[in-house]
Amino acid sequence: MQNLITNYILHLADNSLILGQQNSAWTGHGPILEQDIALSNISLDLIGQARYLYQHAANLLNEADEKKVHTEDSLAYFRTDREYKNLLIVEQDNGDWGKTVLRQFLYSSFQNCQYRKLLDSSDAQLKAIAEKSLKEIAYHLRWSSEWVIRLGDGTEESHARMNLALADLWRFTGEFFIPSSYEDNLSLFFPCYDPQSLKEEWEDYAIKVLDEATLYTAANKKMMEETFMLKGGKEGKHTEKLGYILAEMQYLQRTYPETEW
Amino acid sequence: MNKEWPLWEVFIRSRQGLDHKHAGSLHAVDAKMALENARDVYTRRQEGISIWVVESKHIHTSLPEESADLFEPAYDKIYRHPGFYDLPDELTHM
Repeated sequence: MQNLITNYILHLADNSLILGQQNSAWTGHGPILEQDIALSNISLDLIGQARYLYQHAANLLNEADEKKVHTEDSLAYFRTDREYKNLLIVEQDNGDWGKTVLRQFLYSSFQNCQYRKLLDSSDAQLKAIAEKSLKEIAYHLRWSSEWVIRLGDGTEESHARMNLALADLWRFTGEFFIPSSYEDNLSLFFPCYDPQSLKEEWEDYAIKVLDEATLYTAANKKMMEETFMLKGGKEGKHTEKLGYILAEMQYLQRTYPETEW
Repeated sequence: MNKEWPLWEVFIRSRQGLDHKHAGSLHAVDAKMALENARDVYTRRQEGISIWVVESKHIHTSLPEESADLFEPAYDKIYRHPGFYDLPDELTHM
């Protein structure tokens, strides 16, 4: 029974790891010192969440496996891109500061809704991880919401860049609510699991912030309604970008397995 | 024209403390951002549980050149301390 949830836990872990890895590329390159630190902190939070989730998944996988080969490291460093189950949005390019901040906003607002549902989980460990993570997520959401508003309702240039970022990223938000094959069993673990109500909750908040950021223009609204939503990440079908991210992240462990600091 | 964001001074109160101590400074656009930046920069290692931020321009200081005039006169006036006085035992409520 527990193994039915393992893929879902890997999906959660992969989201956090890939986004943490991506954001960390800004370390040392942020537009201003305090924001460089803020985004690096967010990366650390995300990687921390990923670690807890991978450890949990490794334990569950080892329960069913005599040889007990799975660890957080083997899951992070030795799975191929086809085995990674992260959302497509987290593997998109960092782009400029506005795009990174918008990506964080779209993801954190979803993660907030998603993890609040995990608090109802019958899997005690997952529930504990969610509880701890929600405090971090609350801050990520607050930070990114404010930046979306500051940049959207900012100068002509920042507004233009945010418009471009929204046009780039909106197409990846549909995937949040399209259940993957391993989500069919989730009602066993989460009473009242309902992707549709999650969508309404998320959309209400996202649109409220985009509106305050003066980004919910008639043109953007039309774009958002008509955009074809991409999917596949949850099932291991990724854009080519994930290959580059994993190549860089996994290179050291794959070349020198069992290497340590 | 100065394009730099305003400078803020940050004061942090630790879990065991009663007073906010000066922790450093940072740049931010407004108070909301200053508080978040302070949280990100100065409380990473559990330094504190409360943050005050003040724009540096609002802090007024005494000048080092004046410290002799301002502070030395107090050195030889020990009668200003309560402990200087011996109270008779009969006084119970001082």
